Amino acid sequence: MPHISSSKTQPVYDVIVVGSGAGGGQTAYTLTMEGAKVLMLEAGRNYDPVKETPMFQTNNQAPLRGASTPDKPFGFYDSTVDGGWQVPGEPYTSASSDPARQFWWWRARMLGGRTNHWGRISLRNGPYDFKPYTRDGLGFDWPMSYEDLAPYYNKTEMLVGVYGTNEGLENTPNSPAGCLLPPPKMRAGELLAQHRAKKLGIPVMAIHRAVLSAKQDAENLPAKLHPKNAKAQRLIAKAMRERAACFWATACGRGCSIKANYQSTTVHLPPALDTGNLDIVTDAMVRAVTVDENGKATGVSYIDRKTREERTVKARVVVLAASSAESVRILLNSKSPRFPNGLANSSGLVGKYIMDTVGARLGGQIPALENLPVHNEDGAGGSHVYVPWWLYKEQHAGKLGFARGYHIEFDSGRRMPGMGSTSGLEGINGGGYGQQFKADARRYYGSFMSFAGRGEMIPNDDSFCELDPTVKDKWGIPVLRFHWKWSEHETRQAAHMQKTFGEIIESMGGKAGKPEATGAAAIEPGGKIIHEVGGTIMGTDPKKSVTNQWCQTWEVKNLFVNDGGAFCSNADKNPTLTIMALAWRSSDYLLEEMRKGNL
Amino acid sequence: MNTPEPADSLRLDRRSAIKWMLTATASVALMERAGMAAEGTPKVGVGYGTDPDLVKIYKPGDVWALTFTDPQRRTATALCDTIIPADDKSPAASKVGVPDFIDEWISAPYPGHTDDKRTVLEGLAWIDEESQKRFGNNFADLVLKQKNAICDDICVFGTAKPEFKKAAGFFRKFRDLTAGGFYSTPEGMKDIGYVGNVPTVNFAGPTPEALKHLGLA
Repeated sequence: MPHISSSKTQPVYDVIVVGSGAGGGQTAYTLTMEGAKVLMLEAGRNYDPVKETPMFQTNNQAPLRGASTPDKPFGFYDSTVDGGWQVPGEPYTSASSDPARQFWWWRARMLGGRTNHWGRISLRNGPYDFKPYTRDGLGFDWPMSYEDLAPYYNKTEMLVGVYGTNEGLENTPNSPAGCLLPPPKMRAGELLAQHRAKKLGIPVMAIHRAVLSAKQDAENLPAKLHPKNAKAQRLIAKAMRERAACFWATACGRGCSIKANYQSTTVHLPPALDTGNLDIVTDAMVRAVTVDENGKATGVSYIDRKTREERTVKARVVVLAASSAESVRILLNSKSPRFPNGLANSSGLVGKYIMDTVGARLGGQIPALENLPVHNEDGAGGSHVYVPWWLYKEQHAGKLGFARGYHIEFDSGRRMPGMGSTSGLEGINGGGYGQQFKADARRYYGSFMSFAGRGEMIPNDDSFCELDPTVKDKWGIPVLRFHWKWSEHETRQAAHMQKTFGEIIESMGGKAGKPEATGAAAIEPGGKIIHEVGGTIMGTDPKKSVTNQWCQTWEVKNLFVNDGGAFCSNADKNPTLTIMALAWRSSDYLLEEMRKGNL
Repeated sequence: MNTPEPADSLRLDRRSAIKWMLTATASVALMERAGMAAEGTPKVGVGYGTDPDLVKIYKPGDVWALTFTDPQRRTATALCDTIIPADDKSPAASKVGVPDFIDEWISAPYPGHTDDKRTVLEGLAWIDEESQKRFGNNFADLVLKQKNAICDDICVFGTAKPEFKKAAGFFRKFRDLTAGGFYSTPEGMKDIGYVGNVPTVNFAGPTPEALKHLGLA
């Protein structure tokens, strides 16, 4: 069973998975390894990173030297296909014209979705992150604890390959031996920051990223991942052998033709296809989940984007993993006399409590990095270090004025030059040209650093999405309308970020850029960080949540939401690793319920 | 001091991102009022689209038509080489195709580029007029000392005299384009000291000399 056209689907599958990113990829992997017959539907086109990744292209080989455009918001070489904060012909709307109340929705219309270009930062939620309400009375507790998810974090790290170290810091869990790959060495600016920030009490440590800093242990990991399943062990061992270790060149956001980093298309889907249990139909834009007279899901209806035909496919179980907002849209569009407000929505909570990550940034110029002896600083593409949230005690004592923490990501180094390489010079030399300009460009290249905060947003009643009453996309499907509002917990946190980054830059002897006057000005727009979660939150009470702890909707037993939608809080830790661990856990439960005959 | 940013051309800056978003939101609102389908949204121009071939090697003029007339290209070439002249480390900007790149940039059908086109074409006309006025020749025909005399008046936007303010705005834009175009070529990367984009078995981290430079040896 392979990639197929929409006319070649089987009459009925065990499970239909809508979406092929982190949640859909993990779900399809787990289910097919255990023998379930799965149909995966992807709204975008087929995509093959082995053939399509621009691995060594330089910016002068791209239009506009690779600079960002509305067609490619992250630059020409970003792997995203037919995506961005706007997708042609597939709009969304905003309930408010106030610039501070916009939500920016990033989509990618391609196999593997956003996993092809993501930052690969893979941090575990800690014990506090599952019980935020218990700690400070805000938001919601998860209907599970860290201990419940920890075995799945272990397995996910072993499967996808994550580098990093264990430092034993508060609410920053260690991984058991054998989970993590060794971290790459720190770059010059990162080392300098680590050395100087220590005096401020700010811990700079190896970041965790889903990049193979060394080959995976194909001898021992398969048995840990799939005990008592010889076929699965054989297939994942083969897949691991087909992945090369990072060769420390080319940015991860381009994708990776040697499969050294995690993207669903190189890690989850090849072994899942090898089982013979997976069919994939791309260009399949799902409109709705279909139900029978008993209120059970029977499958989905979708539009074949190539022929514009509407089709239906059937399965015993439906798993939505279309991205949290897209899954919300499908549920709200699944209206029937029995479910007039959309499917799984008797609580009225589908679309509610959407969250992003709080983002703010500040850069500076560091004289100590000027005229640095020439060496290669490419490394593993992204940052090699980060600062986990370090002020738990001060915050818990109420000293900070905001309730949740953030971590710090770094931009530094002598990276591949592009259009911005000399943009900071004017701030230093005022302008200039000629021989002096060339001398300055050499002197200051690589001496700029920038720090980005990534913080926890608390779910609130003013941030949600619903169906727009009039606007439809080019397929005739009603679109989402977003409502958004940051609370003071987030804007104060953003102000604290910029203040802290200024202090770090000064501790390095550098000169920081000017911070914004207020947190509201410093904070990035909602959705800009592309950590969209919530909308189908999990809980213990069917009246106050959409799913249980297994991402199974309360209302429709054979319907699951295995993307970020079930998150009922959004810790500062980047969500992808948790999406995968959660999808694996839910898929194990789904398999068990199928075996028991409950689904 | 302007906010320094790291050498990362790929990051979308906040201002242009907000501008694009407002444009997109406005077009959706317009559509809503007009009751139009999303497909009816008129395109500003045709760029490379949302699914270009990323592996292909592009050169200016491959995707959209270029703009410069011969005299404009001649003036742009002379100005590029005044900003980035040849020295013992690297060639002049025009020797590695920077004028063609600037032409590609100002000819692009994306928001912002239309403004840059006006700035650059008006600036090139101004600098020839100014050259005629002061020295009786076009900019490209001036000797270095004469070129410098004009550039000295417009190369620092912050302190440029009111009568040169507009020209200084042009010069700043033109310098950014020249430098971005130049340092992204193999010759420019070598000059500036970028030695990455090569596969290696191990990532070595900073050299002993670099650590010593930082006082961390």
